Amino acid sequence: MFYQQLANALALGAVYSLFAIGFTLIFGVMEIITLAHGAVFMVGAFAGYTAATKFGLGIIPCLIISMAASGFIGFVLDLVAIRPLRKKKFHHLAPMIATIGCATIITSIYQGIFGAEAYRFPFDFVPNENYEFRGIQLTQLQLTIIFTSFILMIMMIFFLNKTKWGKAVRAVAENSRTGALLGIPVERVYQFTMIISSSFGGAAGVLTGLNFNTIHTFMGGPILHRGIAVIILGGMGDIRGAMAGGLILGFAEVLSVAYISSDFRDAVSFGLLFLILLIRPSGIFGKKIERKG
Amino acid sequence: MLRVENITRDFGGLRVLDDVIFEIEEGTIYGIIGPNGAGKTTLFNIISGLLKPTGGRIIFNTIDITGLKPHAITAAGISRTFQNIRIFKEMTLLENVLVGMHRLFSYSAVSMLFELKKKRREEKELREKAYDILSIVRLSEKAGLKAESLSYGEQRKLELARALATEPKLILVDEPAAGMNPAETEELMGEIVRINSRKYTICLIEHDMKVVMGICRRIGVLNFGKFIAQGSPDEIKNNPLVIEAYLGRDETGA
Amino acid sequence: MSDFLISFWQTYNTLFYTIFIHGMLGLSIYLTLACGLLSLGNAAFMGIGAYTSALLTMKAGFPFGISLIAGGILPSMVALAIGIPTLRLSGVYLAMATLGFGEVVRVVLLNMEITGGSMGINGIPQKTELWHLVLIMGIIIFFFIRLRDSKYGRAMEAINEDEVASSVMGIRTTYFKVWTFTAGAFIAGVAGGLNAHFTYFISPREYGFEPAVDILTFAILGGTKTFWGPIAGSAILTVLPEMMRFMGPYRLAVNGIILLLVVLYLPNGIVSRGTFISLKKLFSERKSNA
Ligand SMILES: Nc1ncnc2c1ncn2[C@@H]1O[C@H](COP(=O)(O)OP(=O)(O)OP(=O)(O)O)[C@@H](O)[C@H]1O
Ligand SMILES: [Mg+2]
Repeated sequence: MFYQQLANALALGAVYSLFAIGFTLIFGVMEIITLAHGAVFMVGAFAGYTAATKFGLGIIPCLIISMAASGFIGFVLDLVAIRPLRKKKFHHLAPMIATIGCATIITSIYQGIFGAEAYRFPFDFVPNENYEFRGIQLTQLQLTIIFTSFILMIMMIFFLNKTKWGKAVRAVAENSRTGALLGIPVERVYQFTMIISSSFGGAAGVLTGLNFNTIHTFMGGPILHRGIAVIILGGMGDIRGAMAGGLILGFAEVLSVAYISSDFRDAVSFGLLFLILLIRPSGIFGKKIERKG
Repeated sequence: MLRVENITRDFGGLRVLDDVIFEIEEGTIYGIIGPNGAGKTTLFNIISGLLKPTGGRIIFNTIDITGLKPHAITAAGISRTFQNIRIFKEMTLLENVLVGMHRLFSYSAVSMLFELKKKRREEKELREKAYDILSIVRLSEKAGLKAESLSYGEQRKLELARALATEPKLILVDEPAAGMNPAETEELMGEIVRINSRKYTICLIEHDMKVVMGICRRIGVLNFGKFIAQGSPDEIKNNPLVIEAYLGRDETGA
Repeated sequence: MSDFLISFWQTYNTLFYTIFIHGMLGLSIYLTLACGLLSLGNAAFMGIGAYTSALLTMKAGFPFGISLIAGGILPSMVALAIGIPTLRLSGVYLAMATLGFGEVVRVVLLNMEITGGSMGINGIPQKTELWHLVLIMGIIIFFFIRLRDSKYGRAMEAINEDEVASSVMGIRTTYFKVWTFTAGAFIAGVAGGLNAHFTYFISPREYGFEPAVDILTFAILGGTKTFWGPIAGSAILTVLPEMMRFMGPYRLAVNGIILLLVVLYLPNGIVSRGTFISLKKLFSERKSNA
């Protein structure tokens, strides 16, 4: 029973990690919290859903389409809401508020189109088979989710550490001014970060839609809350922290639902967030946070 | 007056300040010089409470102020300016100085709500005093203007005035001449000497050695987080270590 | 004429009440914004206040005044508990913690028995009268006027502009931030109580993320340079949706668009010098064209 819960938790947490690494990357590189990341996630889920139902595509093309769609939204977000605010004289809250505006716009347009009802991926989108490892039941769906999430995350880490663009992203995250001095096109890096982070958010949307077998237009809110908890848990801007944080939250949720009550599942993330703010605000792996003079 | 004892500070694995020891005498101007990245600003951040030291102590007039909150250190009598000017741009000059005087207002929230006599009297008296402080740096004529309308040099002076407004005994001045032409620099240094003559002790960071030579009683040289020399301007000028570490490499003071 | 006024009042009196309540909510978030902090929990504080005061009048039979005050005190206690750990850190943390907090409040309200779950509470006695609203709004405005030219108001403005510089000026920044956040929660809670005793009915849905964004939009649209900004913003955004009912589900998008456009093009909001200058420009251009 307990091990079974762990398997469920892994599938849940892997998606949280996937959502959060883009979220945290944007913070690390651009120093903004984009509160539209939940809306981007929802857009990705619906793009995947549309590709699956309207065009009858399989899971991999659906994921690609979803990532492209949400990546595009990320690009537009940067273009209309974030880039114009990068000039210094704007208030430091301005980008965050602008992304709240964008989230509201995106969500209500989708609510206009799709309404408030739940949609489902086609019945046999992922074959309904079970595998058993030492008594733990894993569905093919769970395996797909875990596998896809980890592949994508490994690709991200590989990209950041081994490719020229990835190194540029990290250099800008370290310090945008020195990055510019080194000849890195900082604006491009920002744009690129938004696109790639958003596309990860979109993929997380599809996988969540599969995991719970529903997607709806207000699914962006709950994941945003969880994403926030995860990136604070892992330390803001810390990719590995976000991965670990996502898994921790997944486990915390599954275990509290299994052993306490399912009513408060949505509150677990906040409990964790609050706890970490009380005892270790820099996150589980983070260094101490300090103000600069 | 101020004794910095074995201050050490690490950022990540990097030791930015290494066992810094020095002492500032009351009423003097103490100069700290050193190349880019030597750790000068970090030292100020530690003294003013914005950063905590990794090790060491700071004694101010026999009180240990290490690790106190910035506002408490200000209350103890240390005030500062910033290398990259940090005045309140959207406020008027007068308001900038009044913010500096925050601590001197003693009226309560009740006084504020009901406009009691105490509030009115304090506001009136301290406003007058704020004008006086602005006139020390010759900005009282512009008291009602927004701070962002000032020229760069004037903004520096306003920041000095704001630092004076906290009624400090010691003022830490971080590279006031940065980004100024020689004429402006000279004027500002004159300003600092005049402030010093009003019984304020001053600790001055400067990049360009020539600027501090004329006005400091003692100078400390910081290089890669270490104090490599200390002494009178003449001693510093002739110290071989300083010549090697600092003058030889960074004559332009850029 | 008086017939017209009477029928006008009968049609639109709800709108007046709502403008006052929204105005208070706008001011509640203004108080934190004026310290450079973004609180996304004010709808939740409003909710706590609404439920507290409604339950106290209905179940405990408290007089209206007392339950209103209790409806302000409880959210401010909660704000204190959230504020103390988060406000030591940079402002981003408050925004995120309050966003999560709003969700928790919604979940708790949904799952508690006494709050009536998703059905909410029905049949709250209608006790709020226009003069209550005018009086309380008057008190709040009085408070803001007195705050403006005091050491406290200046300190808040300074913290908003540059927190580090303020701390070096001897201002206890964390103390001020906790204080304004708590006072904002108090105002939101009272507004919630007033609203509950005016609408008969409250449910968790009214206190989630979307209302929080609405409240933020009131303040941002109006502008946060003076406290008149949020009041004007609330009034505009309360009247406007009435005219936009035809937009159906897309109505919320309008809020989003307003938020975005104001942040981009009128960073100080409608009640600001920027608007004044652009209006002047507009008119002088008109004249020179003519
Ligand atoms: N908050 C920080 N985090 C990490 N490293 C820092 C931080 N602040 C300063 N440093 C590093 O500490 C070293 C000293 O910096 P500091 O600003 O004290 O130098 P400085 O002597 O004032 O130089 P300058 O003449 O350019 O002002 C530099 O290498 C800098 O990169
Ligand atoms: Mg420096």
